Amino acid sequence: MNEDQKISNELSIAAQWLKDNHNVAIATVISTWGSSPRPVGSQLVVNDQRLFEGSVSGGCVETAVIEEAMDVMNSGEPRILEYGVSNDQAWEVGLACGGQIQVYVEPLTVG
Amino acid sequence: MKTSVLHKLIDANADKRAVALVTNLDDNTQVLIYRQALTDRNQLELAVTDAFRRDRSQVVEIDGRRQFIQVYNSPLRLMIVGAVHIARPLIEMGQSCGYDVTLIDPRQAFASTTRFPAVNLCNEWPDKALKNLGLDARTAVVTLTHDPKLDEPALIAALESDVFYIGALGSRRTHRERCDRLVEAGITVDQINRIHAPIGLDIGAQSPAEIAVSVIAELTQTLRQGSLQ
Repeated sequence: MNEDQKISNELSIAAQWLKDNHNVAIATVISTWGSSPRPVGSQLVVNDQRLFEGSVSGGCVETAVIEEAMDVMNSGEPRILEYGVSNDQAWEVGLACGGQIQVYVEPLTVG
Repeated sequence: MKTSVLHKLIDANADKRAVALVTNLDDNTQVLIYRQALTDRNQLELAVTDAFRRDRSQVVEIDGRRQFIQVYNSPLRLMIVGAVHIARPLIEMGQSCGYDVTLIDPRQAFASTTRFPAVNLCNEWPDKALKNLGLDARTAVVTLTHDPKLDEPALIAALESDVFYIGALGSRRTHRERCDRLVEAGITVDQINRIHAPIGLDIGAQSPAEIAVSVIAELTQTLRQGSLQ
């Protein structure tokens, strides 16, 4: 079977990273307004080597989310990120499509 | 997310059980709620039931607290009857679209691991196979054999279930003759109308891969837009 096409592909990869003793954070789109490239529930997992799998936008804000995820891994505190179009920043960390998204970033903690 | 929660989510997916992860966005606590355990005894469970039904994750506010309901529905499945030429691109495209694909054909010369190495293979008779595999509202059934004695038992089994999509390969004429036989077998016209035939969106597809595109497109339309078309 083509295991890597399953819904929880990202979570399986997170589990594998955990097994390999990496720190892991999970980013999930929790709400969207207007046009947005990925629906609510879309996930991105990141490890402490900045390797990532999945997506929360069409590539627009992933880089920024990965940096926030590194902070979350270190602090252990979940946070909510918001992205929209912010003219000057649009190329950096905005959504070119004109939408807005909220992303919940949480660490994977032993327990 | 705790590692125990992560492993429970992965297990639920492997067991094809629908589960929701509810995160309280104020204090970051999380609980898992399995669909089969829902009793709708409070506002949260009602919201989770609604999220499952619409297959849509969402933030809800209950008693002034924001809760994010993440739906992990049971996997989408595609049952293909007939290990014929078109099955190959259909399997690949189905898998790319996230379907757990099973290929059913009692003719072992057709449904062999040499011809189809990367899919669940089943050599049982189609109606028996489909019943054993358990058809549900997250499943699509496509028949490709052109052989009534293989296609039609599969179609009847599919019609007796709540699969979200049923499609049958074959010309309009083939389908008219098929409908006559299904009526004779006691299937009502309303039931027969659930069958998409000729299968696929009308995009002038010619090659097996193009036909697979039209089938996957129609499947997607039915899944995402219901019976709007």
